[in-house]
Amino acid sequence: MSWLKKLLPGKLKTTLTGNRKSVPEGLWSKCQACLTVLYHTELTQNCNVCPKCQHHHRISGRARLNWLFESSIWQEVGLEVKPMDRLKFKDSKRYKDRLLDAQNSTGETESLIVGRGLLESKVVVAAAFEFQFMGGSMGAVLGEKFVQGVNAAIAAKAPFLCFTSSGGARMQEGLISLMQMAKTSAALAQLAEHNLPFISILTDPTMGGVSASLAMLGDIILAEPNALIGFAGPRVIEQTVRQKLPEGFQRSEFLLSHGAIDAIVDRRSLRAYLSNVLDKLTS
Amino acid sequence: MNLDYLSFEQELAKLQDRINGLQESQVGTSVELAKEIKVLEKKRLNLTQQIYAQLTIWQTVQVARHPRRPYTLDYIERLFDDFQELHGDRHFADDPAIVGGIAKFNGRAVMVIGQQKGRTIAEKLHRNFGMPRPEGYRKALRLMLLAEKFKLPIITFIDTPGAYPGIDAEERNQSEAIAKNLWVMAKLATPIITVVIGEGGSGGALAIGVGDRIAMLQYSIYSVISPEGCASILWKDAANAPKAAEAMGVTAPQIAKLGLIDEVLPEPLGGAHAAPIAATGVVKDYLAQQLALLTKIPLKTLLTQRYQRLMQFGLS
Repeated sequence: MSWLKKLLPGKLKTTLTGNRKSVPEGLWSKCQACLTVLYHTELTQNCNVCPKCQHHHRISGRARLNWLFESSIWQEVGLEVKPMDRLKFKDSKRYKDRLLDAQNSTGETESLIVGRGLLESKVVVAAAFEFQFMGGSMGAVLGEKFVQGVNAAIAAKAPFLCFTSSGGARMQEGLISLMQMAKTSAALAQLAEHNLPFISILTDPTMGGVSASLAMLGDIILAEPNALIGFAGPRVIEQTVRQKLPEGFQRSEFLLSHGAIDAIVDRRSLRAYLSNVLDKLTS
Repeated sequence: MNLDYLSFEQELAKLQDRINGLQESQVGTSVELAKEIKVLEKKRLNLTQQIYAQLTIWQTVQVARHPRRPYTLDYIERLFDDFQELHGDRHFADDPAIVGGIAKFNGRAVMVIGQQKGRTIAEKLHRNFGMPRPEGYRKALRLMLLAEKFKLPIITFIDTPGAYPGIDAEERNQSEAIAKNLWVMAKLATPIITVVIGEGGSGGALAIGVGDRIAMLQYSIYSVISPEGCASILWKDAANAPKAAEAMGVTAPQIAKLGLIDEVLPEPLGGAHAAPIAATGVVKDYLAQQLALLTKIPLKTLLTQRYQRLMQFGLS
């Protein structure tokens, strides 16, 4: 037990160890990697990167777009696409209820947020995954919103950006979710025919069907440090090959050294990096 | 337990053994023997009808994975003339889990590509149980671009448990290999027909499965994740695979209902493995019919229709 927890009265202890969302603004946050206790504001002002160990904490899709567009006004794309439960899927819980829970806890209607706004005074369309919404999983709504984002970019003759954070396809939608891989990839092929850039930014984690479609189709593919990126999950691989996975396997640095991505960029310099790249590609 | 038969087919195995035994035996007059064989065969037929008329979803999954089910090379051998296999991705290796090459179909040159499983233990290992590695998808991509260049229609056969979850596959960027195929197939300027002949396992299947027409054999399956994988994630136990298969809706009629495929191809009584030649005939008729239709459509229209089809996946 940390010294802080020992000092805290009982009630506050439970708030800290329980749902992170219930921590009031302005209190303490603990770095998930080095466990350093930080001022919450210190962390948010640092793009949710730990100033001590540089660990990049996951951020919500909406926070990502607000950060990208520097809190200037941006228009949301595809808001009218609403989730549906075609299979009436049920495991220990109904899919319908899982969707409701996710909507209540995140305040989002689905796992992708798409916006059109200004990056350094140039119009861009950007999509950001919301990992807290059913693991950022890709279903029919995500696919449709992504395509609408691509179409908005084509209409505005603007670059398209995507920040992925996803466990993969959404099993609760059966084969429909698999087909979103084909759908989103086809839309990106259409974008390419217009010679508009697609920048794919892989954040922790980018796995499964999302990795094996839209995420890996960037003209430029960037990753945040130490993000888990791959097709098969590490546990599945370990069980299949029955050997220990190499150190750093499926992390950004591993992908960079294997030639899979263009660069790893620290979140604090990412906006400038993106703007710089787009300046060259669209000059 | 006869391993060539599924657990719910064991009575059929026994009947078949008895028929085989009688056919080889010299006891009694040939007239009596023929009569007895006829009775047993009638019995076998009735039992097959009974079993296959009420196949559960999980039993269908088992039939899709049947050890005697015809594989891609079986179809290639029976459907095409002059198949010339083309190997390798020109970068790293040749992946035996995906086969491909040029062949003649009803006199017309075509490109044919499919995942290949093995039948004996040695073959299974050689084919990696039909689980492709990145170089398999890259070989398929190379062959598809070759087909586009020389205006050959493409026919793909899907039969894989899924992409190979191995360290090496990730090192060589499995994700990119699959994604690239989806990207290219969306715009490839030649007709593409896909037939799911056995197991359509996830991204590993889809990587050769974007096309103008998609058909599934009646007892084949197609799913976003294997029923076992889905069960171990959502039910925390792979033993719940039958439940997961039902919830996801992996059979051909279920997927047809979602509007994701064009046609369910009926299999002969007892499944494709019971009458491989008849099963081949069904596939042949379908391919001939669709090839004739697709090759008449101007390429630009074909590509627009393909794109529109992809865009409505999940909406209708």
